[in-house]
Amino acid sequence: MSELNRGDYRKPLPKPSPTSRPFWEAARRHELRLQRCGACNHYVYYPRDRCPYCMADKLEWRDVSGRGKVHSYTVVRRASTRSFADGPYVLAIVELDEGPHMTTNVVASPESVKVGMPVTVFFDDVTPEHTLVKFKPA
Amino acid sequence: MSLKGKAAAIGIAELKPWKEPPPDTTPLSLMARLTAEAIADAGLEKKDIDGFLVGMPVADPGFIYPASAAEVLGINPRMLNIVDIGGASPAGMIWRAAAAINAGMADAVLCIVADLNKAGDQKVPVISVQREFEAPYGNIGANCGYAMIANRHIYEYGTEPEQMAKVAVDQRKNALKNPLATFNDKPLTINDVLNSRMIVDPLHLYEIVSPCSGGSAVIVASPEVAKRAKNPPAWLLGAGEFSNHSSITYAPSLTDSPIKPAADAAFKMAGVDRKDVDLVCPYDCYTITVLVTFEDAGFCKKGQGGPFAAEHDLTYAGDFPCNTHGGQLSFGQPGLGGGMSHVVEAIRQLMGRGGERQVKDASLAYVNGNGGIMSEQVSLIMERRA
Repeated sequence: MSELNRGDYRKPLPKPSPTSRPFWEAARRHELRLQRCGACNHYVYYPRDRCPYCMADKLEWRDVSGRGKVHSYTVVRRASTRSFADGPYVLAIVELDEGPHMTTNVVASPESVKVGMPVTVFFDDVTPEHTLVKFKPA
Repeated sequence: MSLKGKAAAIGIAELKPWKEPPPDTTPLSLMARLTAEAIADAGLEKKDIDGFLVGMPVADPGFIYPASAAEVLGINPRMLNIVDIGGASPAGMIWRAAAAINAGMADAVLCIVADLNKAGDQKVPVISVQREFEAPYGNIGANCGYAMIANRHIYEYGTEPEQMAKVAVDQRKNALKNPLATFNDKPLTINDVLNSRMIVDPLHLYEIVSPCSGGSAVIVASPEVAKRAKNPPAWLLGAGEFSNHSSITYAPSLTDSPIKPAADAAFKMAGVDRKDVDLVCPYDCYTITVLVTFEDAGFCKKGQGGPFAAEHDLTYAGDFPCNTHGGQLSFGQPGLGGGMSHVVEAIRQLMGRGGERQVKDASLAYVNGNGGIMSEQVSLIMERRA
């Protein structure tokens, strides 16, 4: 994934690290994969080199359900950066059924989004080389 | 081990924030002015300053910063460091200065911050993990995180927009008596706040700090040096610090903040009760931050920050004086000088230099410094001895 091949897309793009590359490569395949610790069984997001709960070196990549609920959200009506000034958007923290919280966008009319609302994952191919993990009402 | 009564703030300097900085101003030129004013205020000489804690100016950052700034100022410290815990840095400097003094590593520590706010909107997170997992979704800048805290607080506790707005309204009444405040020309009503532009739901424009340029400085000194200070010393009685996340997404809770362990530690060290506090200076980057601080610092029950703000008079003349300088919401946020404004105001009040907004018989103050998205917390308790 290169910054060069972003086409007309002007928003910030993730630059994977060696640790996080499997997450983004899975997203490109439209799969949601998270690490799970083989020692303490916690699911982990964002990707780590060691389990942040128990420091064990037993993180394994697992497919997860892609289901969750809105833990909190905001409608950003005036963005802090020009690249997001193209209209209000819903920024959210989604609590996955497996436990971890993710920063994401809920793509729905802003007025319809509520805390506690069930959501399901979808994959937004924002450039030919970059896929973001977003959510929509379940 | 305790820092109780081991050091005192004896001198302060604070600039009136500028929306547009004067031409040819640099963070170091502001620091030079602040250093001279703080030393004069304390009644010391420059050679007395043997400790140096500085904040990194966003407008002129650099590695190995403290020695370069000290060199410009002509200070030769026995202890020097940068404190980098966001908006909590100024409060964090105060106990670090006291700790160094208590350890015999310094006698008079200059704690200083200054910055310029350059217009422009090309904010990008400086933390690599946040560039990767936050910025692509538009979680850029502090507004979004605090808005999500506020919405969760509303969901869990039924906090009302009017209750949040009350903080900005009462603090504005305080600012009207502060010549250094940016917004001190006209009062604000709850309707003014709720009718101001919605920026990030549920936060309106007047619930959000205004970035400015400026700076401030505090001199923390040993009991020995404090004896020859010009001002009545404001003694550090207690301090506590805690952090449990950087991005709010990964915080254990959006509404139970790391303020609680920081405040509990500070009160335990000080050995005083919440009810004995004469004024509070909680970090107020947003209205919601103040409500959460009231709760987690133990001034009201969890979830009751909204009703507490509504039921109490938060002005300098009220029953629960809060941010008597106007808070950052009315004072302005000159970079880290925003966080220092709470520390400076508490010291000013304890020294009896509050002018028209002096809290009667103020002898015990609680200060909270908050960094990032409720990520770094420093609570201080300071006292003026009878």
